[in-house]
Amino acid sequence: MSKSVKLMKTLTLSTALVAATATFALAQENPAPSQDGGYGLGRTALPEEIAAWDIDIRPDGQGLPVGSGDVWTGEELWIDNCSVCHGDFGEAVGRWPVLAGGFGTLDGEDPVKTVGSYWPYLSTVWDYIHRAMPYGAAQSLEDDEVYALVAYLMYLNNMVEDDFELSNENFLEVAMPNEDAFFMDDRAETEYTLFTGEPCMENCADSIEITSRAMVLNVTPEAEEEAAAEPGAGAEVMPAAEETVVEAAAEPEAPAGPDPELVAAGEGLFRQCASCHQIGEGAVSRVGPMLNNTYGAPVGSHEGFRYSPAFTEANASGMVWDDANLTAYLLDPRGFIPGNRMAFRGVRSEEDAAALIAYIRAEGGDHE
Amino acid sequence: MTDTPKFTPSRRQFLAGAAVATGAAATGKLVHAQAAGPDPAITELQPWQQYLGAGVDAAPYGVPSPFESHVVRRNVEWLTADTVSSVNFTPLHEMEGIITPNGLCFERHHGGVAEIDPGQHRLMINGLVDNPLVFTMEDLMRFPRENRTYFLECAANSGMEWRGAQLNGVQFTHGMIHNVVYTGIPLRLLLEEAGVRTNGTWILPEGADASAMTRSIPMEKALDDCLVATHMNGERLRPEQGYPVRLVVPGWEGNMWVKWLRRIEVGDQPWHHREETSKYTDLLEHGEARRFTWEMDAKSVITNPSPQAPITHGPGPTVITGVAWSGRGTIPRVDVTLDGGMNWHRARMSGPSFDKSMHRFYYEFNWDGRPLLLQSRAHDSTGYVQPTKDQLREVRGENSIYHNNGIQTWAINERGEAENVEVG
Repeated sequence: MSKSVKLMKTLTLSTALVAATATFALAQENPAPSQDGGYGLGRTALPEEIAAWDIDIRPDGQGLPVGSGDVWTGEELWIDNCSVCHGDFGEAVGRWPVLAGGFGTLDGEDPVKTVGSYWPYLSTVWDYIHRAMPYGAAQSLEDDEVYALVAYLMYLNNMVEDDFELSNENFLEVAMPNEDAFFMDDRAETEYTLFTGEPCMENCADSIEITSRAMVLNVTPEAEEEAAAEPGAGAEVMPAAEETVVEAAAEPEAPAGPDPELVAAGEGLFRQCASCHQIGEGAVSRVGPMLNNTYGAPVGSHEGFRYSPAFTEANASGMVWDDANLTAYLLDPRGFIPGNRMAFRGVRSEEDAAALIAYIRAEGGDHE
Repeated sequence: MTDTPKFTPSRRQFLAGAAVATGAAATGKLVHAQAAGPDPAITELQPWQQYLGAGVDAAPYGVPSPFESHVVRRNVEWLTADTVSSVNFTPLHEMEGIITPNGLCFERHHGGVAEIDPGQHRLMINGLVDNPLVFTMEDLMRFPRENRTYFLECAANSGMEWRGAQLNGVQFTHGMIHNVVYTGIPLRLLLEEAGVRTNGTWILPEGADASAMTRSIPMEKALDDCLVATHMNGERLRPEQGYPVRLVVPGWEGNMWVKWLRRIEVGDQPWHHREETSKYTDLLEHGEARRFTWEMDAKSVITNPSPQAPITHGPGPTVITGVAWSGRGTIPRVDVTLDGGMNWHRARMSGPSFDKSMHRFYYEFNWDGRPLLLQSRAHDSTGYVQPTKDQLREVRGENSIYHNNGIQTWAINERGEAENVEVG
């Protein structure tokens, strides 16, 4: 092979290498092309369609519908729909958001950021309640109801008296106490200059000591069962398939359980309940009572749960969660036990109620 | 600690090695360990050597080995009121390279995972446009699309660490991040299709889930590099990541990447919705708050060793690895310290370096078995250098929750166990 051929080959190879590198570098920057006048894809949105989805409200009032609501109406709606998570006075249950108070805390050690102490615009309150609340039943409130709830939140935050009525007419007159305490991101000016430049690489301190340790707090979740991770534990892991076979074979001897299809349907439906209720092993009462040991038990009998007066009364009357009562309650929670605190409008049909009951019973809901 | 060449025994290592290795000759050569007897893993016939394995129909959608079943997203129960408005964490300590597998991408949603029938999903563009439009998924797939790799980091990642070391594991301190190859339509093309009016300076993307998530995004960003993504890492988006379509807002806080995207409104001012007022604003020490802190600053963390992934092999050759990223560019350099920041060494970058994507770094050294204080420090392509937590606190105080990109310290003891600590 002559020298020139060799050289050629080397050249070709390096050219190819350069080309390949260039393609690689360009790969992320080769933009999808625009087309003059667009691609003609999609169709024009109809006014009714835009009206159905365009629900956003701005601080200047854009999007705000005609309507009104007063503090007293708001309080009633609040007790029924909101207090279960946010507390009767916006003080919150568990780790749900605190919505009232917190004034004068923002520059302290434990700032409490509420609608009154922190939120800069009232329109945000209206928009958010309307689009996402009550939790698990979004967009179920009428416009006037949203006005009333916003009015009640203003009352809880000492912004208005109890005779106040909020409407689209007076909405823009409201100024939020903390509106002026927000400013545009200024990291480019206040931080980037501080955090730029060649840093120290050698002998950067006189001494270095540990000042804080996570082990002291001990709030990290425990490690999972680590059997699978441990070397040598393979023998226990591999026969998993066999165990399943054994269980399946043993099943016919077990007493006949509930209809699995009904239970599966109930499991799907239970997602509506799961934001407030737990069931099964390790279940605890949260926003709603846990549901183990419920079917066949007296109404309102889970110890430690703070029941509504309506439930306490039902308990005293001797009402029991039998099939008929549970079905009636699931179909119409507010109609069946008026004044109770469950923020759920009810299932759609008796079939759905039956599926939910089957699921609850299958998960350990039976009274012991 | 001296910066000895990697994997060549220093005088000290050699002596330590000689003390434990039997039959070590004073030749200056590396001494390998000697087995006490034959290894049954070699001398005994293993079941998988003898019996036939599963057929090709056993796992139509493949899953990891059962020996990897501990590699999962995990949540911290006490953090939030309820799992349907909560977060779980990517197991960074179990991962390599730069891509996060779809099933391990951390989840954050505000009203649970919406389960959407793509045949019933619509994307609407309305507001200050010449022609308000509705697209089906089929329409969207007829637009030209692009493939780009980006990290998504929740603004609250490391938010629990403002007041000091709290959670003992990189999964919990840094796991609200994932890095994914997206396939998507440039948002610019969809906006051009509708014809943005000259006064259209902001957009409001909105989700179809029960929280109807909304965020205001300036038009400049929308036209620059945002994608309307349908695929992640080569397959359709996972339900928990916004199936069938999500917004990709490169380099900006994860909350803005609206999932289950159903609508984009064009407007002439921001909407100041809940997630950009009550949440995702950064309260500073004097009681005032920064708003619209969109960009994610450069950050890095050592993923191994870390509290969930201790050094188990004792002294000798040891690999330190970690990840780094910046919302303002690439990461050309990461420094690593073994002594809490007294002396720093340049780490070795490995793998693709994409704009606003995760980068992988390594630092290999001979551990002498003494305690270590490990840190990493990212430099991004703008010249920004990752600050210490104390430097951040000096500017922001301790109550800003979001955007904690301070340097992380792991204390390693003689047994190789790691703990989340802070140094000063």
